Amino acid sequence: MFQNIGEMVVLFWQTLLSLPLTFRQRLKVFDQFFEIGNASLLMVCILSFFIGGVITLHTGPLLVERGLANAVGGLVGIAICKELAPVMMSILIAGRIGSAMAAEIGSMQVYQEIDALRTMNINPIHYLVLPRLVAIAIALPLLVIFAILVGWLGGAFVSVANKRIDIAFVAFFSTLRDVVQIKDVANGVFKSFIFALVIGVVSCHQGLITRGGPRGIGRSVTKAVVNSIILIVVLDYILTRMLLK
Amino acid sequence: MNGQSANQRGVSVQVRGLRKSFNGQEVLKGLDFEVKSGEVFVIMGPSGSGKSVLLKHVIGLEMPDAGEILIEGKPIQGPEVMNKYRLAMVFQSGALLNSLTVGENVGLYLAEHRLKPPEEIGRIVAEKLEVVDLKGSENKMPNELSGGMKKRVAIARALVIEPQLILYDEPTSELDPLSAVVIAEEILRLKERIHVTSLVVSHDRDLAFGVADRIAVINDGRILAIGTPDEVKRKPDPLIQKFLNAEMKHL
Repeated sequence: MFQNIGEMVVLFWQTLLSLPLTFRQRLKVFDQFFEIGNASLLMVCILSFFIGGVITLHTGPLLVERGLANAVGGLVGIAICKELAPVMMSILIAGRIGSAMAAEIGSMQVYQEIDALRTMNINPIHYLVLPRLVAIAIALPLLVIFAILVGWLGGAFVSVANKRIDIAFVAFFSTLRDVVQIKDVANGVFKSFIFALVIGVVSCHQGLITRGGPRGIGRSVTKAVVNSIILIVVLDYILTRMLLK
Repeated sequence: MNGQSANQRGVSVQVRGLRKSFNGQEVLKGLDFEVKSGEVFVIMGPSGSGKSVLLKHVIGLEMPDAGEILIEGKPIQGPEVMNKYRLAMVFQSGALLNSLTVGENVGLYLAEHRLKPPEEIGRIVAEKLEVVDLKGSENKMPNELSGGMKKRVAIARALVIEPQLILYDEPTSELDPLSAVVIAEEILRLKERIHVTSLVVSHDRDLAFGVADRIAVINDGRILAIGTPDEVKRKPDPLIQKFLNAEMKHL
């Protein structure tokens, strides 16, 4: 485990050092960015809308019964932007994009494509890791901003449609605006940026250390997703503690 | 491996005391040999004798436990070798990038190192594909090609580098006899045309005796014999004779 962590730190550092080459690799970054957005946008939309809806469904009636109807928008807004959107979307992207990264790079490793790159003096970190890491580090925070907005909409929709809550659309957003500050949205987006780096590094690392045939690729994909999710949840706690200060 | 304008002379390779172990099992047990500039040197041996591992050391994909590999007298691990000399390898599987077209695969080296403008890369790719009889295949994907075609694309990809040393890992394995002959002719044509040094790993006796200037027979991580094809054929070593004369009898 410690060897893996060390290798991931080295991989991350080497990718950081190669950041000046990003412009040169811009077409690959754009391809990856499109892949992440195209593959995830609909899922992000559905997931965040229903997360917003369900959190409103749980909290709305309880707050309304206690005369705290004006707290529903704020509570749902804070919960979505600070916690649910960044964590849930990162877990979704770990499963959808992290697995694809590990599978693609792992397959290239197993079938000697990465060796072929090395013999052509093409650094696999510049060619494979850098574009993926840059793309996910930009795409995930943008997806999270989108998820926050759709999640709020989901919450507002349920608060209007559910008779036990019955808060007007404008009233929901008015109370949300009173509680949620730009800083809260920024906290969530910052978390998602860190989670994006985790997903990118873990998945690319698992791909690069793949050994064996199709079974090895399957193992790498599973490890990439599971390790990413574990790290996201652990880091979420640490980052929340840090950002609460 | 940059520097397209460097001269076309093949490079010499010296392997000295090369040892390598994997998980405590010694695969290469102190190999010593020299490949002269411009010659076709074939390493023969049964499967699992360490041939491919040796090739990976020569191209710098593996680090030796002991010993050294010198290109024109300079260690392969040194940065000046990879920057000064152009080395290329044709993998057993072809190792084409499956997400790229044939044309993109062949032009990858030039495109990634920004050595030529895109139009000129296209022209060079077409020219190299024509050399390996695959004219007009630029837009095909690797999964649309047969095993032999993949190997020829891999050779075209190596040619784009204008290599001074080209390594072939089992170039005729999985090929029908006609495709094997095409590959063998290609190896010889390259030697005549650009005087490239060729290091071929194979257990194909026809290929070895057809193209080699010199042959090394390797078994269990050790070299049993080195010499011209005639010299190797005359070696009395029973292991060599058994390997060279193995036939399917009484099936």
